[in-house]
Amino acid sequence: MDLQTTIYLFVGASFALYIGIAIWARAGSTSEFYAAGGSVPPVMNGMATAADWMSAASFISMAGLIANMGYGGGLFLMGWTGGYVLLAMLLAPYLRKFGKFTVPQFIGDRFYSKSASTIAVVCLLTASLTYIIGQMTGVGVAFSRFLGVSSETGIYIGMAIVFAYAVFGGMKGITYTQVAQYCVLIAAYIVPAIFISLNLTGNPIPQLGLGGTMTGTDMSLLAKLDQVVVDLGFGKYTTTTAGSTLNMFVYTMSLMIGTAGLPHVIMRFFTVPTVAAARSSAGWALVFIALLYTTAPAVAAMAKLNLHATVNTAVIKGGDLYAPEASIKADERPDWMKRWEKTGLLKFEDKNGDGRIQYYNDKTKNADAKGKAEAAGWKGNELTVNADIIVLANPEIALLPNWVIALVAAGGLAAALSTAAGLLMAISAAVSHDLVKGVFAPNISEKNELLAGKISMAVAVIVAGYLGLNPPGFAAGTVALAFGIAASSLFPAIMMGIFSKKMNKEGAMAGMLAGLFVTLFYVFAHKGIFFIKGTDFVEMIGGANSFFGITPEAFGAIGALVNFIVAFAVDKVTKEPPEHIQHMVESVRIPRGSKLVDGAH
Amino acid sequence: MDDVSKGYWSATLGLLGKILAIWFLVSFGAGILFADALNGIKLGGYPLGFWFAHQGSIYVFIALIFYYAKAMGDIDRRFDVHED
Repeated sequence: MDLQTTIYLFVGASFALYIGIAIWARAGSTSEFYAAGGSVPPVMNGMATAADWMSAASFISMAGLIANMGYGGGLFLMGWTGGYVLLAMLLAPYLRKFGKFTVPQFIGDRFYSKSASTIAVVCLLTASLTYIIGQMTGVGVAFSRFLGVSSETGIYIGMAIVFAYAVFGGMKGITYTQVAQYCVLIAAYIVPAIFISLNLTGNPIPQLGLGGTMTGTDMSLLAKLDQVVVDLGFGKYTTTTAGSTLNMFVYTMSLMIGTAGLPHVIMRFFTVPTVAAARSSAGWALVFIALLYTTAPAVAAMAKLNLHATVNTAVIKGGDLYAPEASIKADERPDWMKRWEKTGLLKFEDKNGDGRIQYYNDKTKNADAKGKAEAAGWKGNELTVNADIIVLANPEIALLPNWVIALVAAGGLAAALSTAAGLLMAISAAVSHDLVKGVFAPNISEKNELLAGKISMAVAVIVAGYLGLNPPGFAAGTVALAFGIAASSLFPAIMMGIFSKKMNKEGAMAGMLAGLFVTLFYVFAHKGIFFIKGTDFVEMIGGANSFFGITPEAFGAIGALVNFIVAFAVDKVTKEPPEHIQHMVESVRIPRGSKLVDGAH
Repeated sequence: MDDVSKGYWSATLGLLGKILAIWFLVSFGAGILFADALNGIKLGGYPLGFWFAHQGSIYVFIALIFYYAKAMGDIDRRFDVHED
């Protein structure tokens, strides 16, 4: 069977499975629609959370970014897992005890104010929409490669499928579908990693293979990789940090706080039966997430090594990387390169006209590498590889069988679809439940509330699709911005709502607005207002990364700090919250008396 | 606030403090601030600081959450505020 047919078969079969499950688990009530009836066991909820969580960015982009960044890429690994520790201990059990459907509802009730709830809705929508842009970009990449269409058409197809899929079953349908999607995506991630690890190191466990020795040599894999990339003028893989130590520190913190503050993740903890289950559920989620996240660094390093080995034969054989015959001849390049060239995500340009491919860092500051490249007659780097294709192309680079490539296609789509569905759920709950029912039309019927939810999903898909066509950066980079927003606005408000009995509505609202404003200001200065090209104003704030060299993706932690400071300052000069709110906080802190979630205001 | 819930809350905060200290040490400490120093030590083919940033901290996070869930359950029962 040829590759394209195999891919259609795997992707088609996985879609049939999800739709079957979605139909089987259709939601019958608003409680099932928003919170799956509060009845999902912790292990299964952990698995669904993992699928919800691990998006196109985790599956498709992350290993590619790590491959480019080396050690500094660890900020994604630590940031996107460490947040679960915060979530498990600081938010999840208390929000579950509170027992309502949505995050804005908690903020509205705890801060006894519809304005606070409305601000939370705005924050939630901003974060979720930014996040979904990253998903749409990822969906576009996956579809364009696997259906052989352009990236734009890929996004249109993705929009249609995500929409049809998300309106199916509400939270209940989404939860059980996500369990299946988790199984597909984790198999798709790990199977090729096992093959590749075996090939390179003889150890089938990628986590050990990465620390192992290269087959046929006495050199460790990481030492070999360090040697090759440094020789070609790139930064040393195991030590190159992300910008500066301070930036890496702040970036990691932003991702952790943001993870804990992302509404579509928090929502998952409304679906478990008890407070104790909410605690352990976060642990199970992290176990399932860690399976992928500890494999990713192995995938990254091995893909990077394989890529260099593909275009430069001296990488494996040893010897001079700059010898003329070491670079492969362009017309003998492998088929997978030609396939990816069609998508425009991999480009080859013969700058020195020798008919061979030279892949190196032509902007290097390493005088040794620079001198060698000039001596060899290299006239600039000839191969550009978009970081987003590393995982999808990985099995092809390693020349694995067709069914593995097809499995990866299905896995990438599962990752993007499951997260998009979860995000649409959070957006639609915020609009229909918190805005329409909570603010504009409190007497709306259950049926009309669901209809409002579905309409808001449709609008969200279109907006996300438009922004996905004009994305502000790599898929994972865009997602990082959503984290900044969740970190700077929602997380501090929820945390203060639980841990500070005296925090009042004035403090919480001022804090959220200040945190959100500062973060958006810094991000928009770099990326354009609402990511529209040409509206950036980075000169006005004194150039790129002008705040202590911190990148806009890493700014969420600063925004959170501003949020906390403003909130406590305003809280000091305004009057304390009413007695019954303080009692409510006390009861939220104690597990006894937890009930099933319900949506009544 | 009565004495039971006061005691319960301070026991909870004590546990959170301990766990967050470890959480900070493995990721921000070993993975970032002291990574360069730890890279001198090798764990198989891994430089140790690199290992904490790319592998080790994740394993510790998992252990922390399950330890938290168990220890919180014990505190719940000690102060008799567990779910029925």
